[in-house]
Amino acid sequence: MALEAKNVYFRYDKKQSWILEDCTLKVEKGECLAVSAPSGYGKTTLAMLLSGYLKPVKGQILLENRPLPQKGVCPVQFIYQHPEKAINPRWRLKRVLEESGALREDIPDAFGIERAWLDRFPRELSGGELQRFCVARALFSGADYLICDEISTMLDAITQAQIWNVVLAEAAKRNMGIIAVTHNQHLAERIATRVVDISKKEL
Amino acid sequence: MEQKNGTLLEIHDLSVSFQMYEHGIGNSNLYRGLKQTDLQVISDLHLTVYPGEIVAVAGSSGSGKSVFASAILGILPDNATVRGHLHYKGEELTAARQRQLRGTEIALVPQSVAFLDPLMKVGAQVDGHRKSQPTEKRRSLFRRFDLPDKTPQLYPFELSGGMARRVLVSTAFITDAQLIIADEPTPGMGLEQALEALRLFREMAEEGKAVILITHDIDLAIAFADRVAVFYAGTTVETAFASDFKNGSDALRHPYSKALWNALPQNGFVPIEGFQPYAGNLPKGCLFAPRCPYKKAQCTADVPPIREVRGGEVRCYYDV
Repeated sequence: MALEAKNVYFRYDKKQSWILEDCTLKVEKGECLAVSAPSGYGKTTLAMLLSGYLKPVKGQILLENRPLPQKGVCPVQFIYQHPEKAINPRWRLKRVLEESGALREDIPDAFGIERAWLDRFPRELSGGELQRFCVARALFSGADYLICDEISTMLDAITQAQIWNVVLAEAAKRNMGIIAVTHNQHLAERIATRVVDISKKEL
Repeated sequence: MEQKNGTLLEIHDLSVSFQMYEHGIGNSNLYRGLKQTDLQVISDLHLTVYPGEIVAVAGSSGSGKSVFASAILGILPDNATVRGHLHYKGEELTAARQRQLRGTEIALVPQSVAFLDPLMKVGAQVDGHRKSQPTEKRRSLFRRFDLPDKTPQLYPFELSGGMARRVLVSTAFITDAQLIIADEPTPGMGLEQALEALRLFREMAEEGKAVILITHDIDLAIAFADRVAVFYAGTTVETAFASDFKNGSDALRHPYSKALWNALPQNGFVPIEGFQPYAGNLPKGCLFAPRCPYKKAQCTADVPPIREVRGGEVRCYYDV
């Protein structure tokens, strides 16, 4: 059981140079892999390729040796760096949870969501509060792998620890694989079982 | 208000509120949207800045850090009400004086590229003239920041995130400001460039000027500042020496600062429960009381005064 990128190349346009060149990386279930690199080395691009939001120009993304499924809820879920841009601004948060089927009695407590927030609009909540909804809807779908792209970069240390403790507890319970993009070395050491730097060639 | 000697900037009991129209939260009140309310985003804020130092302002997102910067410069929108005492070099900082000083004596490094004029080339904007007048100072600044030679001829939309950040920092350094307020100056910069920016701030401080470094990155604050002001829900709960954060939670004075320290990945990664209260829904008394493990009856009745403890300042009744 693994999610892997096999000799992946990516660029948006033939005139461009490669953003990712011959990138190979593998994460097993139950593992938390931290990916670090300076800005501009394609960390977010890699995260979006792994979760199926982008298609590689050359190479393959494989989930258990097969390409990602094209239909249904993707077993690889992506959590974005900016929750305020990942939630429909015109939906009350109740509807955000409804959409993914996560509006259940036990969900708010499990993810630290206050019930009063459900009737609010996204602009009435802070980034840390919104990020809990993004985590809840990504985890609820029964995902096997979670791609976290700098999910706590804009949060203060307390909120960061709150969010990650929820994610790690749930991942341990369900034996999920996690790829966490982060530039915070202390955070990487704390959460990850393994750290790779994609700006260095030997992966 | 009693004045301390030799301060560059002194702020006492600063409060900022915004007059807003109520928007309904799930209720279908026919008249909602017609009623005005005051939303208090900064309350009883207290900060002193001395010449020659870098003071970091750190704290949770939504704790009013950027509003605080705008309040010092007097660039808040019209629906804002500012109360409290602001003194710059011992004299009261009135609206007229703010107009006169901002951009010359007090400079801002804005938080986003949206602060640049989208229709003006970068070089001219940094110079502060309609017609570009390249000076040696600007050239050397751009060189230090490793900005390509063509940068002055670019428009803001042509800059990458990191380049934009370096241009924004340059706009403040080109002035002869005594006080720079830098609002999140480093995200998006490479490590080497971020260090260069922070070295420039340090050089400024050594010339007897001062820098207020607003950041949510507590590691950065600890590494580069002399003192750290910890913001929570629009107030300063503690002003500590940066070294206190290196010495651990026992050296800190306020329960929130201790909780922040304990939540860092390199320390315990242990969060406390609960959330920062909303503007418009602030608790009575100490703003941190609902989440505080040391809370007593007094805390929920009155706002605690500022006290001096071990050379720092703390807004708490107890020595915890």
